[in-house]
Amino acid sequence: MGKRIGMEVSLMVSEAVKLADVDVIAAYPITPQTHIVEHLSELVADGHLNAEYICVESEHSAMSACAGSSAAGARTYTATSSQGLQLMSELLYVVSAMRMPIVMTVVNRTLSAPLSIWNDQSDIMANRDCGWIMIFAENGQESFDQTLCAFRIAEDRRVLLPVAVNMDGFILSHVIEPYQTVEEEIVEKFLPPFDPLYTLHPDRPVTMGAFAMPELFAETKMAHEIAIRDSYAVIREVWDHWGELTGRRYEPVEEYMTEGADTVFVTIGSYGELGMDVVDRLRAAGKKVGLVKIRLFRPFPYRDILNSLTKFENLLIVDRALSVGGVGGPLASEIKTALYRLEKRPNVFSFIAGLSGRDVPPEKFIEMYEEAMEGLKKNQWDEFTMVGVRQ
Amino acid sequence: MPKPMEEYRVEDLNPGCVIDEPGNAVVYHTGNWKSQRPVWNEQKCIKCGVCWNFCPDNAIMRKEGGYFVADYEYCKGCGICAHECITQCITMVEEVV
Amino acid sequence: MIDKYAVFVPNLTNRAENFTSGHRACQGCAEALAVRHVLKALGHDIVISNATGCMEIVSSPLPLTAWNVPWIHVTFENAGAVASGVAAGLKVLMRKGKIPEKRIVSVGMGGDGATTDIGLQALSGALERMHKDFLYVCFDNEAYMNTGIQRSSSTPYGAATTTSPAGKDSIGQHTWKKNMAAIAVAHDIPYVATACSSYPFDLQAKVIKAVESGGPAYLHVLSVCPTGWRIPSHLAIKYGRLAVETGVFPLYEVQDGKYRMTADIPKLRPVRDYLSGQGRFRHLTDTDIDIIQKRVTKEYDKLISLHKSNNG
Repeated sequence: MGKRIGMEVSLMVSEAVKLADVDVIAAYPITPQTHIVEHLSELVADGHLNAEYICVESEHSAMSACAGSSAAGARTYTATSSQGLQLMSELLYVVSAMRMPIVMTVVNRTLSAPLSIWNDQSDIMANRDCGWIMIFAENGQESFDQTLCAFRIAEDRRVLLPVAVNMDGFILSHVIEPYQTVEEEIVEKFLPPFDPLYTLHPDRPVTMGAFAMPELFAETKMAHEIAIRDSYAVIREVWDHWGELTGRRYEPVEEYMTEGADTVFVTIGSYGELGMDVVDRLRAAGKKVGLVKIRLFRPFPYRDILNSLTKFENLLIVDRALSVGGVGGPLASEIKTALYRLEKRPNVFSFIAGLSGRDVPPEKFIEMYEEAMEGLKKNQWDEFTMVGVRQ
Repeated sequence: MPKPMEEYRVEDLNPGCVIDEPGNAVVYHTGNWKSQRPVWNEQKCIKCGVCWNFCPDNAIMRKEGGYFVADYEYCKGCGICAHECITQCITMVEEVV
Repeated sequence: MIDKYAVFVPNLTNRAENFTSGHRACQGCAEALAVRHVLKALGHDIVISNATGCMEIVSSPLPLTAWNVPWIHVTFENAGAVASGVAAGLKVLMRKGKIPEKRIVSVGMGGDGATTDIGLQALSGALERMHKDFLYVCFDNEAYMNTGIQRSSSTPYGAATTTSPAGKDSIGQHTWKKNMAAIAVAHDIPYVATACSSYPFDLQAKVIKAVESGGPAYLHVLSVCPTGWRIPSHLAIKYGRLAVETGVFPLYEVQDGKYRMTADIPKLRPVRDYLSGQGRFRHLTDTDIDIIQKRVTKEYDKLISLHKSNNG
């Protein structure tokens, strides 16, 4: 087993990328992703990582260069945030449909305007239909673990899809946390060399990125849909293997203190850590409250979500993004969809909290709980609530 | 040999829709686009290959003996070869279907 | 020179056709011809990153491909960046011993829209990064022909297009053609050249020089478009030749910053010879043509003086 040391989470992610022995990194700096790419640049400059680091002139070119290098058969990595992800957006859809196993860390940050460098998940949620596998890390250790798992999942011949590992900007990226390192031998066992199905090479010429006429287009989309749906089993398999090797086990959906609970918070990303603290407090006060954490967002784990959430009467879903003019929180909206076909559905309370890094202390979660209980009494509550907004 | 596109099923597609038969576009015959076809007068032809060289569709072939002939399966009838021919040995004639 | 005297040179050209018949370019498309000759000069060991545009669309309707060489299309504005990724990927895979060492040229290509407009940033980044074995070829047909002849920054002054129509209050395109080769030269790369498919051996020679320069290299290839220029298809080669002979599109190369004119033109023909007969210029008055003539002469003289000062 590796050592337990303290390290900034961004650096942990860079170390995971180094352990994966990536071939090409193409990235453009944007707060709060910068520490990851700075550290990777150092690793390359010092000869600790034998990779090509392409200093591109934009995120659009970052993902374009990733497409080129991945197609050439190189293990490829990038990282971005916020506006950078939006600038890449066009490419996100293309590289997933072209089945390129690129791994990207999305250090989640809000979208302009107004400009703000702070955390929320409006960047990735704006791209939730881009056909990537999307994983949300809850803490530093998991950001490290999921980065390594992402390469294995992406490159599996049964998958061949890009993976976005999300971690909340600043809340995770810039804090120092303890983490357990992993020895190189374990990584070698876990992550085989990238063995691409097709590559751009004159010895075996292929054409990538042909266009499709209406007669054929729907079939290409269905192929993509089937691929990402089928990736679920591989994701479980990879996480199980990682668990066997390191003792750290991950599930698409995880429960905390749900035994006997009638009400649960549902969170995604770093709210999971906060949620556990809040549940401890509410339990101590005699409330039957638990926590459900969503780790896998794409493919959306419908079955796990139904298996878990149907056990409870009230769901307090906490989003870190707002679908403006839509139905409120994206996570809440997806979960409501999952519940629709049930005859007896739990009550859903949708909260949007922490936009642009607005501090969400445990007390805010407790207020959400109280507000929901109040609503239940009156049998009336809003489609969603913007937590702590002054109006 | 690829199937017509409307016969493709989801499972027939390579991952990422990669095409792994290089140059298979030759199954698509552009020859029926033309309204005129080039005809060579070998009496005047000096076998220089200018026609071959300027054909945008690779539709001119060298025959045995060094003369040139159009591959009418692909020739679109643009008339470049006739216009560029140094000895004016190529005539464009009406395509009769 | 070779074009003028060596009638039989075509017989020496590489016979392999890596851009196959069955592509769906318009009749008389000199851009398809330019691609054909560029590929003849490049040979087998290349990877092409193609921007969205005419050549992409005519060559790759799934499940068919006109390419016999490795080829990728991603989006419109990023061929430079994709080709960067290919170059970096091949380089590191060879360095790490994952694929055999061999010189493989990463070739970016796009039309004038993909190069001078929407893809300029990605191309500039790629040229600035100084990738080895990297060549970018712009096939310039002087408008967005694929979407229906809309003007680009590479459309010449006075040309009528569907978004720069000539009318009572408009001459058509009212700005001068962007000098993309000069922009490439400003990146201080080892080789930049202009070429035209009406001069296929000059074109092929420049492709070979570009590759031999080590890269990055940039080629700007005037590619006559009968459809968009509104000329009969059989005149595609002739109009390319007229563009060069009138000085509208001078052929030159810039090797390590040194300019050299590459076409032997003792005296320029009047631009009228080039403009007349093209539907896109039919509305021009004598005064308009004079304005164009002055500009062409001025720009040509600039190149001649660069040529003279760089070649003693």
